Amino acid sequence: MEPFTVHTGVAAPMLRINIDTDAIIPSREMKGVSKKGLGDGLFAVWRYTNPDERTINPDFVLNRPAYRNTTILLGGDNFGCGSSREHAVWALAEYGIRAVIAPGFGSIFYQNCIRNGILPVVLSDAAIAVLANSLEQDPQGTPLTIDLNQQLVIDGGGQRYPFEIAPGHREMLLKGLDAIGLTLQLDEQIGAFENRYRQQFPWLYESA
Amino acid sequence: MSKTVFEKIWDAHRVSDLDDGVSLIYIDRVFLHERTGSIALQSLAEAQRTLRHPEQVYCTMDHIVDTFPGRGDTTVMPSGTAFIQSTRREANAAGITLFDIGDPRQGIAHVISPEQGIVLPGLTLVCPDSHTCTQGAMGALAWGIGSSEAEHAMATQTLRVNRPATMRVRYEGELGFGVTAKDMILYLIGRYGAKGGAGYIIEFAGSAVAALSMEARMTLCNMAVEFAAFTGLVAPDETTFAYLQGRPHAPQGDAWRQAVAYWQTLCSDDDAVFDQEIVINAAEIAPSVTWGTSPQHACAITDSVPAPAAMADADSQTAAERALHYQGLEPGTPMAGLKIDNAFIGSCTNSRIEDLRIAASILKGRKVATGIKAICVPGSQQVKAQAEAEGLHEIFLNAGFEWRESGCSMCFFAGGEHFGAGERVISTSNRNFESRQGPGTRTHLASPATVAASAIAGCISDPRPLMEKH
Ligand code: SF4
Repeated sequence: MEPFTVHTGVAAPMLRINIDTDAIIPSREMKGVSKKGLGDGLFAVWRYTNPDERTINPDFVLNRPAYRNTTILLGGDNFGCGSSREHAVWALAEYGIRAVIAPGFGSIFYQNCIRNGILPVVLSDAAIAVLANSLEQDPQGTPLTIDLNQQLVIDGGGQRYPFEIAPGHREMLLKGLDAIGLTLQLDEQIGAFENRYRQQFPWLYESA
Repeated sequence: MSKTVFEKIWDAHRVSDLDDGVSLIYIDRVFLHERTGSIALQSLAEAQRTLRHPEQVYCTMDHIVDTFPGRGDTTVMPSGTAFIQSTRREANAAGITLFDIGDPRQGIAHVISPEQGIVLPGLTLVCPDSHTCTQGAMGALAWGIGSSEAEHAMATQTLRVNRPATMRVRYEGELGFGVTAKDMILYLIGRYGAKGGAGYIIEFAGSAVAALSMEARMTLCNMAVEFAAFTGLVAPDETTFAYLQGRPHAPQGDAWRQAVAYWQTLCSDDDAVFDQEIVINAAEIAPSVTWGTSPQHACAITDSVPAPAAMADADSQTAAERALHYQGLEPGTPMAGLKIDNAFIGSCTNSRIEDLRIAASILKGRKVATGIKAICVPGSQQVKAQAEAEGLHEIFLNAGFEWRESGCSMCFFAGGEHFGAGERVISTSNRNFESRQGPGTRTHLASPATVAASAIAGCISDPRPLMEKH
């Protein structure tokens, strides 16, 4: 997984609340038994006027020239709510998104981001409004910088916005760690737990 | 120290504490489905990782499989067959239990897991599906995860979990006539918003919840995720035990007695402290229906479409305006009387035997209005068989409903079968997002009773006049 340390990039505002994972990647865009090939279907219903023919909707924020090469999304509250589909995060990653900044996230989506090297940043509504404003004139000329080490978002004017993230999540992203590999190192502990657990709840293992 | 049910289950599964609020939690059961199951299994195999306990992993075919009678591996969903066949291949290779097409136990994961006694009180269960919260109704800690987390759970039998805050939602008193669990949950979300439960594990409690059947509790817990909760649960009680006894995967004999003795300890202690509490007077709840494109856009069926200006804040106003535009509605229009094109009874929210019984009691001797496409999709083959044994299928068919094989069906659109653009659907499912049931389709969520009554009237209708008082 690609580590996330410091990233500077173009940010695009999508300030609607409750942007759900169906909107991020519609079900019918999840065509293959694979984590790949999803970037094209990202936000398909909004991004294309005709998703089947891939007719570009010029009004959609990511299609506007000012937001070319967007790597950071500014979202509304409850971003990524709804379906658990990790395809939403795989699609964002494939499109090139490295971070999403929102006042709050769907809890499964948040975990999925961490597992796939996308940084979910929680900032207040007010801070996001200020950020969005600062971008408006010239998104290309005023990229955002996100420094995970220092837990800071820095806008084009140098204004700094601190954010919180769980130490474990931070570590995982900073080092590009694979959670399964990390947990497998705790194998002995898990084994010891299992032994105790099976003694405590024998009925759980006698039938199933 | 006094504890909530959640804390008791959490503590029993805590392998270790990792850092700030994150614990390594032991996972008793993993449930997969063909939509994401094969990707997770494949990706594990590619990384040369094995399943720690394949006997604790189950898989069903529900999301993609067709629900037409006589179905097989081919489906109207583009590339659906590939998903079905690779899931079968991977499930067999991994040695997990598969409820395949043609198996009399097949059905929607959240319907068959309780039905088979796979989810039990006090267990942890995860599934790469957001409505896994449904299974919390059994008194388990069950929640939806992503595909990578499913891999993690299968490889290590644990997950790294942020400890959620606790909330209790108490429904006190008696529900009014014709009011069901679906109305209870829509009422909660309508009143407290689609993110009202964010960050919380919710215990549904109170006398109105204690009085609910297991089927109804599952409906209630099903939409905890629409309330943005980590998950929901109901403490197990005699109703739970009676439901579970004798189920194929539930403990038997002595093991059953030991299990029940433990389960009886799984209640929130009297002085347990919740981080948040909501109390609802059950008598206040009316049959509910959604008008917009978020589950929080819910109101009583006797209400009218609200004006966006009446919303609490600017974001909600914008969202409401957009929703009304999408739904083709004007503020002030009464919900009852709104013409519909389709009626859908199904989904993990409302496709269990009790749901079908309520709908059938309204449909009996009546006909669906002309021009309405009406579909009933039982949640599992077992529910279907039970309904047929009771003769319910004939009531549905005679009324003009289609009678399907079990699965998720038109609860969601994935390129296959769907409702038309601009068409209005009254649906027992759980999501009314834009294009959820078809590109441009307008969804109104409601209870099975309301859907049945609306199908007959051809417009959104209060079911109460058609229901028999007992
Ligand atoms: S019935 Fe609908 S909500 Fe339930 S699991 Fe299937 S697709 Fe998801």
